[in-house]
Amino acid sequence: MSDSLTYAYYPGCSGTGTSIEYDMSTRAVCAELGITLTEIPDWSCCGSTPAHTVDHTLSSALSARNLALVEKMNLDTAITPCPSCLTNLKTATHRMKKDGFRDKVNKLLDTPYQGGVATKSVLQIIVEDMGLKALKDKAVKPLKGLKVAAYYGCIMNRPPEVMNFDDPEHPMAMDNIMTALGATVLPFPLKVECCGASFGIPRKDIVMSLSGKLLDAAKDIGAEALVTACPLCQMNLDLRQDQVNSAAGTNHHIPVFYYTQLIGLALGLSEKELGIDKLCVDPRKVINAIGRDETS
Amino acid sequence: MKIGVFICHCGTNIEGTVDTAAVAEASREFPGVVFATDTMYACSEPGQDGIIEAIKEHRLDGVVVASCTPRMHEPTFRRTLERAGLNRYLFEMANIREHVSWVGKDREANTNKASDLVRMAAAKLLKNRPLFSKQFPVNKSVMVVGGGVAGIQAALDCANGGLKVVLVEKETTIGGKMAKLDKTFPTVDCSSCVLGPLMVDVAQHPNITLHAYSEIKEVNGYVGNFEIQIKKKASYVNWDLCTGCGLCIEKCPSRKATDFFNEKLATTKAINIPFPQAIPKKAKIDPEFCMKIQKDKCGVCAKVCPSEAIDFTQQDEIITENVGAVVAATGYDLFDWTVYGEYGGGKYPDVITSLQYERMLSASGPSEGHIKRPSDGKEPKNVVFIQCVGSRDKSVGRPYCSGFCCMYTAKQSILTKDHLPDSQSHVFYMDIRSPGKMYDEFTRRAMEEYGANYIRGRVSMIYPKGDKLVVRGADTLMGAQVEIDADLVVLAVGVESSVGATDLAKKLRISYDNYGFYMEGHPKLKPVETNTAGVYLAGACQGPKDIPASVAQGSAAASKVLGLFSQDMLASDPQVSVVDIKRCIGCGKCIQTCPFGAIKEIDFRGMKKAEVIETICQGCGICTATCPQGAVQLQHFTDNQILAEVNAVCRF
Repeated sequence: MSDSLTYAYYPGCSGTGTSIEYDMSTRAVCAELGITLTEIPDWSCCGSTPAHTVDHTLSSALSARNLALVEKMNLDTAITPCPSCLTNLKTATHRMKKDGFRDKVNKLLDTPYQGGVATKSVLQIIVEDMGLKALKDKAVKPLKGLKVAAYYGCIMNRPPEVMNFDDPEHPMAMDNIMTALGATVLPFPLKVECCGASFGIPRKDIVMSLSGKLLDAAKDIGAEALVTACPLCQMNLDLRQDQVNSAAGTNHHIPVFYYTQLIGLALGLSEKELGIDKLCVDPRKVINAIGRDETS
Repeated sequence: MKIGVFICHCGTNIEGTVDTAAVAEASREFPGVVFATDTMYACSEPGQDGIIEAIKEHRLDGVVVASCTPRMHEPTFRRTLERAGLNRYLFEMANIREHVSWVGKDREANTNKASDLVRMAAAKLLKNRPLFSKQFPVNKSVMVVGGGVAGIQAALDCANGGLKVVLVEKETTIGGKMAKLDKTFPTVDCSSCVLGPLMVDVAQHPNITLHAYSEIKEVNGYVGNFEIQIKKKASYVNWDLCTGCGLCIEKCPSRKATDFFNEKLATTKAINIPFPQAIPKKAKIDPEFCMKIQKDKCGVCAKVCPSEAIDFTQQDEIITENVGAVVAATGYDLFDWTVYGEYGGGKYPDVITSLQYERMLSASGPSEGHIKRPSDGKEPKNVVFIQCVGSRDKSVGRPYCSGFCCMYTAKQSILTKDHLPDSQSHVFYMDIRSPGKMYDEFTRRAMEEYGANYIRGRVSMIYPKGDKLVVRGADTLMGAQVEIDADLVVLAVGVESSVGATDLAKKLRISYDNYGFYMEGHPKLKPVETNTAGVYLAGACQGPKDIPASVAQGSAAASKVLGLFSQDMLASDPQVSVVDIKRCIGCGKCIQTCPFGAIKEIDFRGMKKAEVIETICQGCGICTATCPQGAVQLQHFTDNQILAEVNAVCRF
């Protein structure tokens, strides 16, 4: 852990496409907070879901290639916004502690990776390295009056022995960030439940039912918005919200923010640079309500 | 000295990986050995007879048996030697089973190691000297620690056998966990109706002295003569005067005290008696909640007490009891289930423990036997029971089965139907473990007659939805997910060793396992003894146990004590330290290091010297290792004897 808060940054593929607003807001927020992100030169896909379901060696090699690049950068910590990328990077690290497995992986690589790069989520370094107090001190426009439920998804903290961050059943990192920024955080009982993940493609019905449950639960507790840290979760809840509504006959209208977007708003960054306009469910009403005195 | 060596096959236990004939062959070359043989079972009757015959035929003066651990059979073979007319300490045992055959598979290496161990034993035996026990008198009274059902049974059996009994209980009343139960399985009879009379017997028995609200502070002495200091905790009520009338409780304005007896389901007064049938029925003040003690305001109880028993200035008191034996019956505590985040980690009021539910079912409980949800007091319709919460779960460090939760869950599902005929119980279980008389029939009855819905699978999550709790789990027999909207969830929490069990074990000098349960002398043959003479076990302090098993152990421990006290004199162990007065320079280092206070300073012709109090010495040898002069020697483990073993094994 360095004092200067300098990290190798791994955006992940979705950060360049479907979740470009997550990447934009992460970079903008980190710049504002004085966190230096050095993008890993020539980074490549971590293998996502398909690779590890087919071959562990190949999947680890895809991740290890990127970690070897970080080693060359002379940085000790790589961070990524995406929990799915993080899982792959961490799982590869975890598995490569075994000599036999490490040799198999390194056979596939031009530059062998020996291990030694720590991997963390952007969320983790904001909470642990930056600290909530520093974050609170920098908030110029607190999120007063915003009733939000934090949704972590299934792999941000699990399995605990690999992910090594926060509580596997009741994570609090985003809750604490939002509380520090002045929002009202509601206790969300399904904060680590699956949204359906990549089943949106082969079995849309599964996503409809699982994401539907999450939206129902958010509405039940009176959340005005959801805040997420995972591109896939955000997509299922936000982009597919209309599909969920028509499948279940509901009428949800719950904006789904990335936590970095909300931090950005509290730091006074412009909506443009945070990619607020990229959200599907219109957050206008919710954003406009921030800061107004809640008398109801 | 003529030594005979006997190498035991122990069936295939040793012979399987050790060539005993070769070890016997090698033994014949060792100094002093005049006879060596291998034998099928050295400890069996023909085996022991063979040793006696060899002693007579070859005129042996010492014997080495290479077999199992001395913890198993050293006393056996020592008796064999005595029957043959030899002193029992002219015997050495080489452990070639636990230390050799059971831990290695390489026959050649094992055979060599076994030979080395026999060589060491024979070398030590050459230096052994006959030792003789002394006789000492026995104090024929017994202390029972813990007043749960096991302790009560042990105390009553000892007292009925004519012994003086001191019963020490850390709570203000005896009764233990059983006093908190509503009904018992598999008969569904009332727990306090069964236990109550026994508690009264304890109170009225002329041979039993009861120290409630007391803890063991310090234990000194040895079998037959323990001197035990007891801390009588301050109750702020003079119990000699208190009549248990309850007037003070009625008038006490402080209502927020934690009600531990009701498992925190309710609050109680700052001055309280845990339950109506308490023995002794004496009030105690909880200083944390007493306004007089905290802020010097109030004092109502003192004003209304007709016998002027209230004493706000009372202090803890230390008393000493002398007894000849101790029965530890400290029971169990419940697993702290809040580590299970998936069950809400304690955030949801309608997720309760099985013992809380038991209090709820009890007519003397906080809801007077009515099942009410803690959150809103409504009667639940759907009650979900989850078994194995903190049992059989490595992930929370509790891999063992708690033994009786399957049964009490079945009982609670039956009682639920009795109390609320419209209700439906659902039980998530892993396996049903009901080996006991009429036990399995009982669990079947819960399903077949009372319609409890048993679901084989674990629960992955509980979360609130409106005023219901959604319990999501797997049904492994259906191969499907299950979701139940529950009104109340009852967790069958597992058993843990008592809080403070390990501290008491250290005071009593007994061993405990990884989980804090006390170690019995032998898992099969000495279930209620410990490896410390004169200290016995009963009940769940030794491992999870239901009521019948705890009671049986209470009686078993009592029978052991009665057996011990059937002798007027006990033989001391001569394996104690002695001081060579000529070598001793009176530095006092041994006095400082002795953990048992067994060494005192004496004046010998105007010089300071150390002297060992034989009856207190436990033979640990710390003084021997400490003495800069080598003046303190532990008999049977002298420097010369140990060095002879070392030289034998390091002969290259």
